Amino acid sequence: MRQAGELDESVLELTSQILGANPDFATLWNCRREVLQQLEAQKSPEELAALVKAELVFLESCLRVNPKSYGTWHHRCWLLGRLPEPNWARELELCARFLEVDERNFHCWDYRRFVAAQAAVPPAEELAFTDSLITRNFSNYSSWHYRSCLLPQLHPQPDSSPQGRLPEDVLLKELELVQNAFFTDPNDQSAWFYHRWLLGRADPQDALRCLHVSRDEACVTISFSRPLLVGSGTETLLLVADQSPLIVEWRTPDGRNRPSHVWCSQLCDLPAASLSDQLPQHTFRVIWTAGDAQKECVLLKGRREAWCRDSATDEQLFRCELSVEKSTVLQSELKSCKELQELEPENKWCLLTIILLMRALDPLLYEKETLQYFQTLKAVDPMRAAYLDDLRSKFLLENSVLKMEYAEVRVLHLAHKDLTVLCHLEQLLLVTHLDLSHNRLRTLPPALAALRCLQVLQASDNSIESLDGVANLPQLQELSLCNNRLQQPAALQSLASCPRLALLDLQGNPLCQEGGILDHLAKLLPSVRSILT
Amino acid sequence: MPFLLSTPRKVRRVKSTQFFRESCICYPSSFGLPESIFAAACSRSGQRVLHVDSRSYYGGNWASFSFSGLLSWIKEYQENSDIVIESSTWQEQILENEEAIALSKKNKTIKNVEVFCYASQNFQEDIEETGALQKNHASVTSANFSEAADPNCLPTEDESLSTLSCEVPAEQTSSETEIALEVNDAEETGEKGSYSDDKTSEEETSENVSTAEDTTEQPKKNRIAYSQIIKEGRRFNIDLVSKLLYSRGLLIDLLIKSNVSRYAEFKNITRILAFREGRVEQVPCSRADVFNNKQLTVIEKRMLMKFLTFCMEYEKHPDEYKAYEKITFSEFLKTQKLTPNLQYFVLHSIAMTSETTSSTIDGLKATKNFLHCLGRYGNTPFLFPLYGQGELPQCFCRMCAVFGGIYCLRHSVQCLVVEKESRKCKAIIDQFGQRINSKHFLVEDSYFSENTCSHVQYRQISRAVLITDRSVLKPDSDQQISILTVPLEEPKTFVVRVIELCSSTMTCMKGTYLVHLTCTSFKTAKEDLEPVVQKLFIPYTEMEIENEDIEKPRILWALYFNMRDSSEVSRDCYNDLPPNIYVCSGPDCGLGNDNAVKQAEKLFQQIFPNEDFCPAPPNPEDIVLDEDSLQPEAAESSAMPEANTETPKGSTSLGNPEKPSE
Repeated sequence: MRQAGELDESVLELTSQILGANPDFATLWNCRREVLQQLEAQKSPEELAALVKAELVFLESCLRVNPKSYGTWHHRCWLLGRLPEPNWARELELCARFLEVDERNFHCWDYRRFVAAQAAVPPAEELAFTDSLITRNFSNYSSWHYRSCLLPQLHPQPDSSPQGRLPEDVLLKELELVQNAFFTDPNDQSAWFYHRWLLGRADPQDALRCLHVSRDEACVTISFSRPLLVGSGTETLLLVADQSPLIVEWRTPDGRNRPSHVWCSQLCDLPAASLSDQLPQHTFRVIWTAGDAQKECVLLKGRREAWCRDSATDEQLFRCELSVEKSTVLQSELKSCKELQELEPENKWCLLTIILLMRALDPLLYEKETLQYFQTLKAVDPMRAAYLDDLRSKFLLENSVLKMEYAEVRVLHLAHKDLTVLCHLEQLLLVTHLDLSHNRLRTLPPALAALRCLQVLQASDNSIESLDGVANLPQLQELSLCNNRLQQPAALQSLASCPRLALLDLQGNPLCQEGGILDHLAKLLPSVRSILT
Repeated sequence: MPFLLSTPRKVRRVKSTQFFRESCICYPSSFGLPESIFAAACSRSGQRVLHVDSRSYYGGNWASFSFSGLLSWIKEYQENSDIVIESSTWQEQILENEEAIALSKKNKTIKNVEVFCYASQNFQEDIEETGALQKNHASVTSANFSEAADPNCLPTEDESLSTLSCEVPAEQTSSETEIALEVNDAEETGEKGSYSDDKTSEEETSENVSTAEDTTEQPKKNRIAYSQIIKEGRRFNIDLVSKLLYSRGLLIDLLIKSNVSRYAEFKNITRILAFREGRVEQVPCSRADVFNNKQLTVIEKRMLMKFLTFCMEYEKHPDEYKAYEKITFSEFLKTQKLTPNLQYFVLHSIAMTSETTSSTIDGLKATKNFLHCLGRYGNTPFLFPLYGQGELPQCFCRMCAVFGGIYCLRHSVQCLVVEKESRKCKAIIDQFGQRINSKHFLVEDSYFSENTCSHVQYRQISRAVLITDRSVLKPDSDQQISILTVPLEEPKTFVVRVIELCSSTMTCMKGTYLVHLTCTSFKTAKEDLEPVVQKLFIPYTEMEIENEDIEKPRILWALYFNMRDSSEVSRDCYNDLPPNIYVCSGPDCGLGNDNAVKQAEKLFQQIFPNEDFCPAPPNPEDIVLDEDSLQPEAAESSAMPEANTETPKGSTSLGNPEKPSE
């Protein structure tokens, strides 16, 4: 009938019989929509109104058959979207009734958000609705989530402050509410997630973190606050050397040109004059056109490199998980979580929240305590041991970077830290010596290529199997990889792209057992002066 | 097996004397809850049941009364009147080889009745209860099915039976020579019953009342005068016993199993309260309560939740309580991580146990039971039947009647006839000297004469009923049903249970609250309960506005009485009872109704060991009816619930208990 174009009431009647029994039949809903569209043109407004009314009643009966049918809810959206004067109050009532039966029916929540948006229901009313549902049963992530959408609408922040945040009085009230929930039932994760949202903050604004100029490589490198794609269009980086703009091609260190923290301009792109050692100084300026950010640095005569960067000690750097709301708020949250932890020593949500709060407050001060909590947390939640190891590694790395910054050195010691993963490598743009030995690393990830100044890398006594990240490192001279799990000489392939690599220590790796390995390696890495096996 | 569904009206056409002689089980007893359950069970399993009571209302000590009905009841006990019509002819009925066990003609179960009226009593001679006719909607049980049935089948010959409606004075009925089998509902008979004139009884009672205040002053508009209470007396359904249903208790199970639940409607108790340091506060007991509570600190919330979670399955953690088995529950609570605040809540409001006598295990069991009942029908573990607890016995009476049981109110029994040789009871002799034979006899203990009960020691229940003008704790919505447990300071073993009912329970008029206080007697009811009443309430006075903001509710009217508690009396205590006379006790002091159900079930199983106890009745459509019983009224069971026209919103239907789960 559909093919024959016979789209009339009889089709509606037929499909309603099937859909009434099983509403999960997308094709039939499509068919109905076609019919309704057809009839819209043919019928008088009165007839149409009756038709629509019947359709709404029918939809309601279908929802009673299956309140979680995608097709039915979608059809209702579609139908209401076409009505000249939809009765939104009725739809809200319908949602309220379905949510009363099943407060976690996300189809209905979706529909409610659609209705609320269409009918322009004031956020305060919707917030009161979530209040009533949470009062009845707070194990309702949908309600909590809806709150997190409504509250920023209700309390818009001035433009200058980070978006998506709440004024402190509202925040404190929400914290009290959610605290009541997780003290009542600490095993209910919905409250903890909401708590994390409350203390979290929106993404930092795009910024240029670091600008580095190297005379030897004739290379300019920048790092962003978050991975960005530098293209040729409007969102591009302008490089100005000594007041004159230069056309350069920006690439990522790994050469893949995907969104990345670190971008650098290639050697040949820089005209020799701009780097000549004759002038007393050269000024380099980069401008990020999309984000209205810029950085400038001066390369003095006789220096091989120059840089300009935001210090990692800046609070903003690593506290993305939790906000920089007044630390009194965080302190009191930490206090109550610790009280809860005393009562519920084995509650993983509580432990995790304590760790996050401590990091937000003062990562270095709480370092020792944090590590203890990690240990407890791993014991009570062995299922997530690997995740926790990675999280711990991340925090340790952040702490080490902070310490390095305070010490104002370019040497980073990460040995004996039980690291399982490397992150924040874009922060290490200026590091010359990196010690990663005696950890549990299994790979040196591609992001390692961001370490443009790295000269010595010690990664002995790990479980490294691949070296993807040790590529295109212009300054790398020494690499020690003793006692790792390198199986095949092919794994070392990427090292060939490091022009200055002179010393490579491979002792204690499985590949050393192979016959003729030295010859093989000499062929593979002709420029490396000394290879120890 | 085809069930003969005969309604009482149909039975009434049978000459009652004929019928009586065939009775299988005979009850010279009040129609209390255990008797009614037992009767329903017997009738349901095909036994012929005759249920006789000298009283004019259903329920015996389990009854509910309208306000004027209660006044009549009070009068009866205050005057100790004896309404039994004496007949001297009964001795003739006793054969030579038989002897008689005389039954008591006076009800001695109620004592120390005292009434106080604080509302202003500006007498208006013409005050009458209004709405007498509309009132019938309130009677859910037996009476209604006759009314609801097709008028065509009303038997024209026995007009006397129209005592069902209030217009016909009850006297007519009793003047009939033939024994009229009445199926009156409690309110009606309670009101019009033996007292021909409401007005006189009211006035008489008013005179008995100790008047606390100057009555000359005119009441303000917003005040409630005594005359108003009288006028709206039919809005009241005042229970003699104050109990609640545990939502997973035996009675609820039985109501569902037997489908008797369709004769009644229920409301959830909305608040559990506690009285601490002179203040009434709400006790958080469900998860949502704890979350929403504003008084507790978050730490307390966690402690409470943790303890309650432990109680839910305390048997699985013996190491946590084994060491404390010897001490009391209150001592045990002190060893737990609970603040005094929380200990009080758990001890008095959740476990509702005594501070000094309950052991750890008792307390844990009670707490577990409480928690187990939570969430089945709502956020508290209790249900209350609309129109009062007195509805429940009537519901079972009705079930009994549907299956052919016969009910005789205002029909007293003079004695039980025992065959000397076999020591078996053979018959009863009623007030008219009529002899009715039966195989089994169930007697409520209050009917035994002093000879039979000479060795029996009774406990007493102290009861108070108050009509107040507001709730003990300012409600966020005006319709709250609350239970409050107040421990007595002296003696420490007793606790006073306070149940406050709002008008939407259909037990009191709008703008008032009906408060029931119950405790095990120590002295008289007034002596026991007055201290608690004084703590929670103040007498109603005509004081001016400055007192409007006082927190305490004001008492408009108060009644105190003691009721005998025979629940722990063992059958062996009675002198010389034949084996086929079974005894059932009056109401006990406990909160739940488990005792009554257990009693009825035990008796039933004792007499009919192979029968199912109150199975669900068959679907009306599945019943094969005899030719002559093919009456429309047979289908009353399905038509019944609609008869209750004024169904209050938010009442719970027992049919589908559990909310759909996630």
